[in-house]
Amino acid sequence: MLEIFGNLADTMIFSWMGIESDSALGQSLHFFVEDTTKIFFLLVVIIFIMGLFRTLLAPERVRGYIEGKSLGAGYLMAVILGAITPFCSCSSVPLFIGFLEGGIPVGVTMAFLITSPLVNEVAVVILGSIMGWKMATVYVVTGMSVGILGGILIDRFHLERWVEAYVWTIRMGAVAMGEVDTSLRGRIRYAWGEVRGIVGRIWLYVIGGIGVGSALHGYVPQELFVQYAAADNPFAVPAAVLMGLPLYSNATGVIPVAEALLAKGVPIGTVIAFMMSIVGISVPEFIMLRKVLKPQMLVFFGIYMAISFTVVGYLLNAIFV
Amino acid sequence: MKNFKVLGPGCRNCLTAAKLIEEQAGKLGVAIQIEKVTDMAAILGYGVMSTPGVVLDGKVVHVGSVPAVAQVEQWLRH
Repeated sequence: MLEIFGNLADTMIFSWMGIESDSALGQSLHFFVEDTTKIFFLLVVIIFIMGLFRTLLAPERVRGYIEGKSLGAGYLMAVILGAITPFCSCSSVPLFIGFLEGGIPVGVTMAFLITSPLVNEVAVVILGSIMGWKMATVYVVTGMSVGILGGILIDRFHLERWVEAYVWTIRMGAVAMGEVDTSLRGRIRYAWGEVRGIVGRIWLYVIGGIGVGSALHGYVPQELFVQYAAADNPFAVPAAVLMGLPLYSNATGVIPVAEALLAKGVPIGTVIAFMMSIVGISVPEFIMLRKVLKPQMLVFFGIYMAISFTVVGYLLNAIFV
Repeated sequence: MKNFKVLGPGCRNCLTAAKLIEEQAGKLGVAIQIEKVTDMAAILGYGVMSTPGVVLDGKVVHVGSVPAVAQVEQWLRH
């Protein structure tokens, strides 16, 4: 069904505009048109459907779901819910405090916060429809593992001492969800609001990602990647992670870049390490989390992420030769 | 006079929500008092974890997003 976007790009670029299909310009424009139409179509559809179920997926509910669970079940729930619960990154701080106040361990809370930007349902569906379900599954499993392991380490080393002291003194009122219109009309209106809000927030990242992907696809010769980013170059994975750290994009925006890299023969582990490094850590989020976490915790957090993305890269390159 | 509080750490969505309420009140000619609450203890005290949240006359009426225009009008009319 999604071939329609490829066909549309064929018609637009090669027939109407008359650009040679094997020219660099033709390749680039084709990539741009196909990905833009396909990704925005999928974004709208998925966010709308998820918006209809918002009362089940509100972050307030997550606290209730995890509260009182055994540690193992807590971790699993935390990363799954982290993946499917949409929230604005400005909510990370109140969510963090709210979870701790509900008696959820710091490790489980951090697992939720690590996974949330890394894996989300919108990006997973787009990843699956563009790059295949194997890639999507590998991405989800590794993303969630990074979250769980990070949380377990924080628990093991008792890093709750690196949470700002005032956090423990905050007492939360009864969880408020606001007035929720649960009629079908209310749900549809809310779902549209979500589509407008989320697409409005991320469209620039998505267009930027598609732009970079198209340029790579059409203009950067494959030999360049074969030379520097092949699996037999041991520095390719850490270099990819280091390059990704200062960059930030939304999970959806980075997919077209990954798509172009994979098509150029960059190994899957290197691509996933690069994606995670761009998506998983961002300066604005660190500044926000500084309100509740001491600098030591942020340093630990950053180093842990960089190391785990590198390990993920090597591991996947070894498995999928 | 209606008393609104917009709860949020000062992110863009929180500012947008506050501005939307002010604009709609101006348009409908309803007198309101609006306050932006950025203190975490206060925000959580209302039981709000996802911001922006809106409190109308002491009651949480909305959480987690910029409210829809229609919803803001409803708060102002009733």
